[in-house]
Amino acid sequence: MISANLSALFYLISGILFILALRGLSSPETSRQGNYFGMVGMTIAIIVTFLSVGNFSAGLIYVAVLLLIGGSIGAFIAFRIPMTAMPELVAGFHSLVGLAAVFVAISAFLKPEVFNLGTVGNIKLASLIEMSLGASIGAITFSGSIIAFLKLKGIMSGSPITFKGQHYINLLLGLSLIVLIFYLCKTQSDSIFWRIIEISFLLGLLLIIPIGGADMPVVISMLNSYSGWAAAGIGFTLENTALIITGALVGSSGAILSYIMCKGMNRSFFNVILGGFGATDESSSKLSKEEKPVKNGNADDAAFLMKNASSVIIVPGYGMAVAQAQHALREMVDALKKNGVKVSYAIHPVAGRMPGHMNVLLAEANVPYDEVFELDEINNDFANCDVAYVIGANDVTNPAAKSDPQSPIYGMPILDVEKSKSVLFVKRSLSPGYAGIDNDLFYRDNTLMLFADAKKMTEDIIKSL
Amino acid sequence: MEIDPFIFRLSIFILSIFIGYYVVWSVTPSLHTPLMSVTNAISSVIIVGAIIASLSGVSENIFDFSNIFGFLAIILAAVNIFGGFLVTQRMLQMYKKKKKK
Repeated sequence: MISANLSALFYLISGILFILALRGLSSPETSRQGNYFGMVGMTIAIIVTFLSVGNFSAGLIYVAVLLLIGGSIGAFIAFRIPMTAMPELVAGFHSLVGLAAVFVAISAFLKPEVFNLGTVGNIKLASLIEMSLGASIGAITFSGSIIAFLKLKGIMSGSPITFKGQHYINLLLGLSLIVLIFYLCKTQSDSIFWRIIEISFLLGLLLIIPIGGADMPVVISMLNSYSGWAAAGIGFTLENTALIITGALVGSSGAILSYIMCKGMNRSFFNVILGGFGATDESSSKLSKEEKPVKNGNADDAAFLMKNASSVIIVPGYGMAVAQAQHALREMVDALKKNGVKVSYAIHPVAGRMPGHMNVLLAEANVPYDEVFELDEINNDFANCDVAYVIGANDVTNPAAKSDPQSPIYGMPILDVEKSKSVLFVKRSLSPGYAGIDNDLFYRDNTLMLFADAKKMTEDIIKSL
Repeated sequence: MEIDPFIFRLSIFILSIFIGYYVVWSVTPSLHTPLMSVTNAISSVIIVGAIIASLSGVSENIFDFSNIFGFLAIILAAVNIFGGFLVTQRMLQMYKKKKKK
């Protein structure tokens, strides 16, 4: 058994190690070391907790066994999961953090004396507020992440589910949570505590169902942030520095990621959260669409164009992830490089279904990270590039974002694909992208449409190279 | 007059938000996915609460209602800790530089 002061210092050390873990991610070289810092920090926190409880009785065995069970499940998932499934994995993990926060809060509410919070029916006011906030945010994180998981996995339709008065219902639920927390503090009643958790679960569901598939990068980041705030809430209840520091880190990390994602779409956070984007947009451009001619190409044309180019920029999008085309793409690039073509990759901040999604897939396919560039690093290069190979991306290349103030994506930063000498679009059909708007680029003279599955087309191009 | 310890915790919390703010802005965008998985792993430090909840009061009855919630929380958090760190590790192993010839 170690003293409370000593364990508090150890918790501080874990907190610092967690900060270093995030700091390591500033470059791929230091990132692996950072991850080890994180693991050491976690190990310290767990060991110190065991020592501070100091009650090495029968309970210890149970805890160790449960740790082992949970740990093996986690390790199994971590090794087996394909990289393309990373967004749903992260959403799933968020839901577990949320639920764990709820369980710890329940446990603290039922047995406050264990955590030095007072006695049943007579819990300290501050602790009550902290634990009910922790439980509530945790529950919202849990049910919201479950919906995000189902949408990303494709079990639930990715299109927004909206109904009349939706936002008022959410507002009402939110307000009733505040009222209930107020009454919980007054009465300390069990039933109110359970109501708070139930309503939070419901609110989590309702908050996420109106948000469509391509807005998932924002949703995942937001839930990431929530899971941090929930942890911080519990940290205050348990008076635990490691939890408070971590909660604050994760909370601000998720918030910054949501901000970056919103900025990548030029939409306000509230616009994304209120949802329904791209669902009701029956735009007038439908009539004119059929008449416009497109140039339709095949793999041989594409191979010919790229082989004779001096530089090619690849623009991957969610379609590449769906088709699992990243390995084929790398092989194609290798073949091009053999022909002396300079190739780089351009990644839009909101390409894919979560922040950094494309980078991970390219890294999986052994693409060196110094060939992969962010929007502002590479956007000027399109003017000097011979061929832009757009694979599974659409809205992020749409010039309407710059030229058409009527367009729903007006103002969104886009990759200036149109400036390159020729554009190859690998796409399954002419259908508009997620935003439900037509892409003018399809009909330009220097655009060649390659209608096929991204992976198959890329493989065919390799053959003709 | 003595300062309430709560104020100290609040100070730590607010300072940590600032640290988080600056540290996360320095994360390179290509590592945003590993950032999410590692934040996920570290937020599972909530397991300390679960351990305290399930180890305490064992002398009476280990399958007390509140202990059971502690046990469940341990499993969930452990899945996250191992899953989160290992999957981050797996991703980070893949980020390689171009081989210099």
